[in-house]
Amino acid sequence: MITSSAATMVASSARRTGIVVLFFTTLIGLWWLATASGRWSAVILPPPQAIAEYLWSGLLDGSILESTLVTMKRLLVGYFMGVAIGLPVGLLMASNQSVEDTVGSVALGFQTLPSVCWVPLALIWFGQSESAMLFVVVMGTTWSVMIATSHGARNIPPILGRAARTMGSQGFHRWTRVVLPASLPFLVTGMKQGWAFAWRSLMAAEIYVTILTGFGLGHLLHYGRELNAMDQVIGVMLVIVAIGLVADRILFSPWERFLHERWGTGAR
Amino acid sequence: MTAALLMPAAPAISKPAALPDVQMRVTPTRIRVEGLSKRFVTRRADVQALDNVSLEIEQGEFVCLIGPSGCGKSTLLDIIAGLTKPDSGTVESDGKAVTAPAPDRMVMFQEPALFPWLDALGNVMFGLKLKPGLTKNDRLDIAHRYLKMVGLGGFEHSYIHELSGGMKQRVALARSLAPDPKVLLMDEPFAALDAITREQLYDDLQMIWAQTRKTIVFVTHNVREATCLADRVVLMSPRPGRIAQEFDIPLPRPRDINGAELSRYAGEMARSLKTVTDRSRQ
Repeated sequence: MITSSAATMVASSARRTGIVVLFFTTLIGLWWLATASGRWSAVILPPPQAIAEYLWSGLLDGSILESTLVTMKRLLVGYFMGVAIGLPVGLLMASNQSVEDTVGSVALGFQTLPSVCWVPLALIWFGQSESAMLFVVVMGTTWSVMIATSHGARNIPPILGRAARTMGSQGFHRWTRVVLPASLPFLVTGMKQGWAFAWRSLMAAEIYVTILTGFGLGHLLHYGRELNAMDQVIGVMLVIVAIGLVADRILFSPWERFLHERWGTGAR
Repeated sequence: MTAALLMPAAPAISKPAALPDVQMRVTPTRIRVEGLSKRFVTRRADVQALDNVSLEIEQGEFVCLIGPSGCGKSTLLDIIAGLTKPDSGTVESDGKAVTAPAPDRMVMFQEPALFPWLDALGNVMFGLKLKPGLTKNDRLDIAHRYLKMVGLGGFEHSYIHELSGGMKQRVALARSLAPDPKVLLMDEPFAALDAITREQLYDDLQMIWAQTRKTIVFVTHNVREATCLADRVVLMSPRPGRIAQEFDIPLPRPRDINGAELSRYAGEMARSLKTVTDRSRQ
């Protein structure tokens, strides 16, 4: 009985993998057919193998890896700074109505501002420097995290707070051991949103601004355009997509799994 | 009238059972409530939840507060817990004024109020970690012991959402017992459970009370439940919330919720409850 159900599971997962492989093979096949038909010049639409060749040579000469490292460093440092600012300020907003009324409305306003709009300001303040890049990422991250934290902390079930109080939890203990974990479902959403904003704004900044201290993926993309190297443009775009997916897996999947496991939310 | 209730010289109110009177009780007073009043004013309503309520509860006594909804029984419990501040009047626990929650008085709510990010053991450990003077091993031992006591040995590492409603309340009970409070305040803890689970919990709670001899104040709107559990039942009347009548329940323990003698007491109490409810509607 158990073996047969295990066998069904293996079969169903093999079937799912098969469908995914088929889908992408068909997609690339159609792409290849389109380029092979000769209707479009290779400058506009390079064949799939040209992209593969670019990625391969970019990996071998280290240019892709180097740019990825530069970009990831900016992103991670900026992101964690943004979280480090947003989290405590968000808690402060939740605990103090005046802070919510003042800082809270500022946060809400800046959160609606597309974070790429910080680029011109960052350039004037910091010049074409790493600080400018960092600033843009922090601005992209921190407001969402702030608002999500405050929202989460304000929306925890009051009964949990009461239960904690009766057991003697108060002050710092209450905030770190009860309010913060209780608002985790909101927090994860907010941190994901902050990540998405930071990632997008950093790419925009890297494309528009050349910074001599390090060539990020955005620059690589930009030079691809300048050189009319469509294989490079598409190749780097794929790398950016891949990094986004991997970051989601590494940074957020563990938290989401934790939520599903403990809160019992979500299907499966 | 209610204030006079507790004064020895005051005329005795109707008591169905002739049991030891206030003067004759030898155990020390654990909780003393005096002249408590509380009014809730919102934009939509103005409710006198408690009006000059006085009550004494002895060490190790099991008291049930019963009454129709809106009679202030939960508010009274909240004030004893220190979760709500009264407009006037005082609460003393072991001679000390109650102004805030403290670990000598643990509370169990109608909802389990367990922390979903912790497993069953983690929830029981939460209050223990706030109790000074214990090593990590002490805490683990205590937590395991109380989980076993409520019948959840083997479920230490279950997540909260994996437990049934009855099991959740059992974890909540273990959590409130673990820090060894003197007083257990229970606010309709079994009201949301099915009848079979509830009856099991009556047996278990009686057994645990016999073992631990905690002072228990138990809010309910169920007369049978009150009769099954309490040494003394305090009937409250609504709008304004006052103590209307007190009943001593001298039945031997452990009590069976379906016992004939228990039904007789419950029936009498139900009639008083109905009178109080009807009066409040006029």
